[in-house]
Amino acid sequence: MKLWNKLMCYSRQHSPWLFHMNSGSCNGCDIEIVASLSPRYDAEQLGVRLEGSPRHADILLVTGPVTHNAAAAIRTVYGQVCGPKAVVAIGSCPATTNVFIESRTLEGPLDKHIPVDVFVPGCPPRPDAIILGVAKAAEILAARGNKLPEESVMVPIADSACCKDGCACEAKKESEVKTEGVQA
Amino acid sequence: MNPLITSLARLLIFPGLLCAVPAAWFFLWVERKAVARMQGRIGPPFMQPFFDFIKLMGKTTPPRNGIAGLLMRAWPLIAVSSAAGAVGLLPVLPASGGFQGDLILLLALLELPSMCIIAAGFSSGSIFGEIGSAREAVLSVSYNIVFLLAILSIAASQHTFSLEALAQLPSSPLRWLGILALLVCLPAKLHLNPFSLPNAEQEIYSGPMTEYAGPELAMWELSHGLEWVAAVGLVATLVAPAVAAGWLAILIFIAISFAIVLLLSVVASATARLQIDTTVRFYWQCTLIFAVLAVAAALFVRFKA
Repeated sequence: MKLWNKLMCYSRQHSPWLFHMNSGSCNGCDIEIVASLSPRYDAEQLGVRLEGSPRHADILLVTGPVTHNAAAAIRTVYGQVCGPKAVVAIGSCPATTNVFIESRTLEGPLDKHIPVDVFVPGCPPRPDAIILGVAKAAEILAARGNKLPEESVMVPIADSACCKDGCACEAKKESEVKTEGVQA
Repeated sequence: MNPLITSLARLLIFPGLLCAVPAAWFFLWVERKAVARMQGRIGPPFMQPFFDFIKLMGKTTPPRNGIAGLLMRAWPLIAVSSAAGAVGLLPVLPASGGFQGDLILLLALLELPSMCIIAAGFSSGSIFGEIGSAREAVLSVSYNIVFLLAILSIAASQHTFSLEALAQLPSSPLRWLGILALLVCLPAKLHLNPFSLPNAEQEIYSGPMTEYAGPELAMWELSHGLEWVAAVGLVATLVAPAVAAGWLAILIFIAISFAIVLLLSVVASATARLQIDTTVRFYWQCTLIFAVLAVAAALFVRFKA
């Protein structure tokens, strides 16, 4: 059993599958995420795969300062990712809402809505920083994986309603969530 | 030896599950690595499909209730078991048994995973799953005619439906024509790039797999890998020359399989996805004629002889 846990831990660290979610980003960070998968940076060496469905993902990459429209969608998608999961905030927007601070069209920053594990600051961050952030998130995922039984609300993709009064998010916020900054 | 024990050993040990699962992971890795190398990347480490599998086994799945939920859990298991059964029928070792008509059984088992994919997409209730399933259904109607005609032409020209006999008989020019038609169908069967419509991740998320997570998704990955082994193994069986020594036969079999996987991966990375109507036209208009000609020639030669 111990061996199985060790193997699981190692596998989780070496196979982070990503789902990329744009919450009103200017597309700058999104381009950098794609660049981190390109031949020059090649994140697939770490086992990274950009998945089409949030159901398949382990790590949720969120870009953008969370607009009114995106807030509910973000909670939905967070509920759709199956546990154990981690969230990486890509760029300065989800961390601080950046230059859009105090805009009345925003409901940011991101950690008001879902627990964030790793912040990758930058406008946009370099692909190396994004890969480092994903690697750190995979480490966090592997470390807490077996211990944290995740009681998250699962929302079918077909259903566009947001996760039931955000209980998954609240439950996780109480359990301590390690937050780390990555220097670009 | 007891035939029951022999067939169980073939199904579970060699070339069945115990050997086929590592082979499936190896083929999945070769595919990803070859695509990465073609794109000038380094690509995933050797153990990557294994890590992916273990990780997916440890993930949670969303709650599924009712008959639809039960079906959704059942489809990947049916797909894996039928693909494993197909691998178990491959005559890797010379004189390993087999029976008249096992080629037909192999084809049926090879077809079952794609049926399961179609059913899975529809029972998931996701709109993307339904689109993916519809595409898979259209695709399988297109390539299967050519695929089955190619097999039929090979079987008719050699006058047997036994895999073992086909592996032993010397090859004829008609057989090579059939093998070529099989190779044209393999990318569609394995959802590789020119025909990767059902799981077109830029358009319809992950197609039929959209709602699947955790261990169920791991089973789908495994069944995809086993389909690789079975389909490539079928072509390798037809291509491989008959040799007496067992170890040499296995070596030749593995080398040919590896070459076919490389060829398919290189084609996949060098091409872009075709539209669904282009794909259907490709199989029904361009390829079907050759398959029909191959069958006609095979039958003609047989009745003349």
